[in-house]
Amino acid sequence: MDFAAIITAIADLLGGATPGFWPIVGLSLKVTLSAVTLAALIGLPLGALLGIARFPGRTAVVVLVNAMMGLPPVVAGLAIFLLLSRSGPLGPLGWLFSAKAMILAQTMLVLPIVVALTRQTIEDLWREYAEHLASLDLTGARAVPTLLWDARFSLVTALLAGFGRASAEVGAVLIVGGNIAGHTRTMTTAIALETSKGDLPLALGLGLILILLTLILNAVAFGAGRVGARHAR
Amino acid sequence: MRDTTSILPLTVESLVFEVDGRRLIDGIDLHLERGATTVLLGPNGAGKSLLLRLCHGLLTPTAGRVRWALPEGRAAGVKRHTMVFQKPVMLRRSVFANLTHALAAAGLGYEARRARARAALERFRLADLADRPARVLSGGEQQRLAIARAWALDADVLFLDEPTSQLDPSATRAIEEMLRALKDEGRTLMMATHDLGQARRLADRVLFVHAGRIREDASAAAFFTAPATGKARAFLAGDLLD
Repeated sequence: MDFAAIITAIADLLGGATPGFWPIVGLSLKVTLSAVTLAALIGLPLGALLGIARFPGRTAVVVLVNAMMGLPPVVAGLAIFLLLSRSGPLGPLGWLFSAKAMILAQTMLVLPIVVALTRQTIEDLWREYAEHLASLDLTGARAVPTLLWDARFSLVTALLAGFGRASAEVGAVLIVGGNIAGHTRTMTTAIALETSKGDLPLALGLGLILILLTLILNAVAFGAGRVGARHAR
Repeated sequence: MRDTTSILPLTVESLVFEVDGRRLIDGIDLHLERGATTVLLGPNGAGKSLLLRLCHGLLTPTAGRVRWALPEGRAAGVKRHTMVFQKPVMLRRSVFANLTHALAAAGLGYEARRARARAALERFRLADLADRPARVLSGGEQQRLAIARAWALDADVLFLDEPTSQLDPSATRAIEEMLRALKDEGRTLMMATHDLGQARRLADRVLFVHAGRIREDASAAAFFTAPATGKARAFLAGDLLD
């Protein structure tokens, strides 16, 4: 494998000479961004509530959520597979080997990251804001919107961490998606496939483009955060 | 604009507050009428801040009660007492948004809270700072904003917990001017302070607190000229109380 082959592979990918490449990128982004969005919608309020709530067994819940951050993608994939398989509880939905199944599996991977990092951020902010918000009658769930908004620039990092995990993983989408060409093939499953087929330049080209996309998204988020944070120190 | 049905008088009866079995507020009775500025004096750990928080409802008493003329100190559903803290809590937003946030929490609509926030900034000469992030203001400016925020909420009663203890003399003077203006508007102030000079300048009535009890309750003139207890005399003389 030589350097020129990699360049050629990347040029072919970007130039459209490799059929089915852009749909793969599109599907990857769709699955990962949908999963991060879902995890954010559920995880931000949940993490904030966990940050300010005090109840028996809270420590155990916090430890459990933190531990779930390390959930192996293949295990998450297996769990979703069992749920969605024909004899599973959600079998009748017919989602297995579809983009929906992949989104569900990646949401399961991203959710603990969003909840755990939000919980930490909001807990620190709550310590500072608690008395003022209580004075304004913003207690319990009523404090959550204020806290999430004021922590927004820190929380972008939590979402980026979630995005990183989802965009990089291969195990979960492979198990529940099945890596079906033109249907459920994502960048990571394509890389795994091309590597095992021996088409290393193509695999490497895909890998570099995946890294590039991640870099662009992080740069945009970081830049937006810097600009915004100037107004919210 | 102001509601004429007052939440005052405030009556505190046999108030007790304990933490881990330690009695930090030890049976306080108190009656607060409308209009006067009441200053809580006493050494660190006397219970001044706790008493303010118990009155404001941030803490729940272990025993006894805090009773407003109207339930929970609310008139027509709106809380009519507020609190300014030693270290002002500034949201990570602009000065203007710090005001509108509090007003939104109090239930004001979009236009109403913007108008009220602008009025508060004009009233306390903070209009130039409106768009600045609140957290980059100086300590004095932050505390002025905190008091402007309390004014914007249109509370009848303001609890102030050592509002100038971290400020330099000129910032302290600005705060005291604001407090005098609030008093002139007919608002009732209850303030804890360490600063005897400040107490002399602002107080109509002094509550001398020591070890969780009110040891003296007197007019400011009477307290400063002839304190009734040895503890208060020692405190005024600058002795360290145990």
